[in-house]
Amino acid sequence: INHIVHNGGLYKRPFNEAFEETPMLVAVLTYVGYGVLTLFGYLRDFMRQWKIEKCQNATEREEQKDFVPLYQDFENFYNRNLYMRIRDSWNRPICSVPGAKVDMMERVSHDYNWTFTYTGRVIKDVINMGSYNYLGFAQKAGTCQEAAAKVLSQYGAGVCSTRQEMGNLDKHEELEKLVARFLGVESAMAYGMGFATNSMNIPALVGKGCLILSDELNHASLVLGARLSGATIRIFKHNNMQSLEKLLKDAIVHGQPRTRRPWKKILILVEGIYSMEGSIVRLPEVIALKKKYKSYLYLDEAHSIGALGPGGRGVVEYFGLSPEDVDVMMGTFTKSFGAAGGYIGGKKELIDYLRTYSHSAVYATSLSPPVVEQIITSMKCIMGEDGTTVGKARVQQLAENTRYFRRRLKEMGFIIYGNEDSPVVPLMLYMPAKIGAFGREMLKRNIGVVVVGFPATPIIESRARFCLSAAHTKEMLDTALKEINEVGDLLQLKYSRHRLVPLLDRPFDETTYEETED
Amino acid sequence: MDIKSMKNYLYWLFCQFELITCSYLMEPWEKLLFYTFNITMLVMLLYTAYIFVPLHISTAFQFFLRLVGNQHENTVSIVK
Repeated sequence: INHIVHNGGLYKRPFNEAFEETPMLVAVLTYVGYGVLTLFGYLRDFMRQWKIEKCQNATEREEQKDFVPLYQDFENFYNRNLYMRIRDSWNRPICSVPGAKVDMMERVSHDYNWTFTYTGRVIKDVINMGSYNYLGFAQKAGTCQEAAAKVLSQYGAGVCSTRQEMGNLDKHEELEKLVARFLGVESAMAYGMGFATNSMNIPALVGKGCLILSDELNHASLVLGARLSGATIRIFKHNNMQSLEKLLKDAIVHGQPRTRRPWKKILILVEGIYSMEGSIVRLPEVIALKKKYKSYLYLDEAHSIGALGPGGRGVVEYFGLSPEDVDVMMGTFTKSFGAAGGYIGGKKELIDYLRTYSHSAVYATSLSPPVVEQIITSMKCIMGEDGTTVGKARVQQLAENTRYFRRRLKEMGFIIYGNEDSPVVPLMLYMPAKIGAFGREMLKRNIGVVVVGFPATPIIESRARFCLSAAHTKEMLDTALKEINEVGDLLQLKYSRHRLVPLLDRPFDETTYEETED
Repeated sequence: MDIKSMKNYLYWLFCQFELITCSYLMEPWEKLLFYTFNITMLVMLLYTAYIFVPLHISTAFQFFLRLVGNQHENTVSIVK
């Protein structure tokens, strides 16, 4: 079911987001599968307890057996009995740059994934559908690499200090001015680690007596930052503006819980693209609500910067809004720029405050110079300031790849979550055995995918997440789609009950009248 | 070639069973245990059905026959 929302003219383009419901039979069978695995888990735990089988996981020492048990909770049970069985789909070592194609070290396990040994063979040219390489800047040759190599020979690799002491290089100042220009804000500040940008700066912005309204599916870094700050946290349903408005109304009307005083600050935490769902935040509505109820907005554009918008400037440009409406624009350089680190952009007073009071600025090492140069070169490339149209071509290639890939997968009959324009494509798998099977079968066919299971997603909604890249050519996507089709038939993954018949690309024949057939 | 495609189809069905019940992930001795349990349950079910189903069907048939027969006698007596 596609929702095309035009809320009072706030949206200038159709907003197509779909989360198809889990078919009942599939949900029941998934629970059956988990039930069988749980029973066998209990059996194996029993055998390990009574020494019938060798215990290979971590346990307490003999002297500590009478203490509070450390490994009895569900997380550890899941880890021992379910995660270990399919562990070979994760932590796969790669031995080349993670571009559109990657080389992987082959490994085998002789004791059912408890230990791995390398066969010595390298699997070459695996099509990489898992790296966050949205604009294809993860390269080992090209202008970015040459500039970074030059800076490496000039400045070295380490900075050996924090920003406030001796670690403030002229490269950092150059980077921050460039980032501010790129985003269209007054000022920006860059940090060495994307996760730390969130978790160390939210405590500097809000404290006790403030209210944080955070989306249900926010990233762990935002949750950690919110908890560290000591503010009251309230959760609204994912991308649901009615839920957010209700919370805002309650907050303004009732104030703080016991004393009924007004809240010092209300901060709304949202992300540009949610990486597990592939959904895009309803930014026009959030900004309208923020203005109506006089609260502040913190936008985490980790996945959307560089990947959305006609100029690659992120979700604000995608919706045609002004960057001045968002109070704190945060993002990372890891995904679209092929580097590492994070930034925060906003008004000059805010950034000057953060330069003094942020934990990351005072205690964390600043960005390494070659990494800074990589960011500078790639950002100039996207903006078109290096004199070529390579950046613009990449942004357009990514948008084309996204639309093509999503359309083809939907046609094949898979359940795909998320917005039509997001380069993150989650394909639902549901059953635990299919998680392991999908990862292994795709690697057999030379395609590397990331499969996601329980702690990161709800227990029955496990998925395979494809991250598209501007470096993927149409031939690579076609090969990948062919293999996904084959594996989908082999494992019976085509659960979708809404088949969209495309009118635009197939030659018109008399039978294709309707757009959807159930 | 019909036998071959039939065998392929049956093998594919068996793979689906393995995936749904997660026996794809089990070690060989766990699979043995699981299949033994399942086959035992299935055989017991079929044996029970073999013994009792004809008895149940004939009882039910007689019951319905008597019901219809009574009705027929009642209507016949009224008409007379």
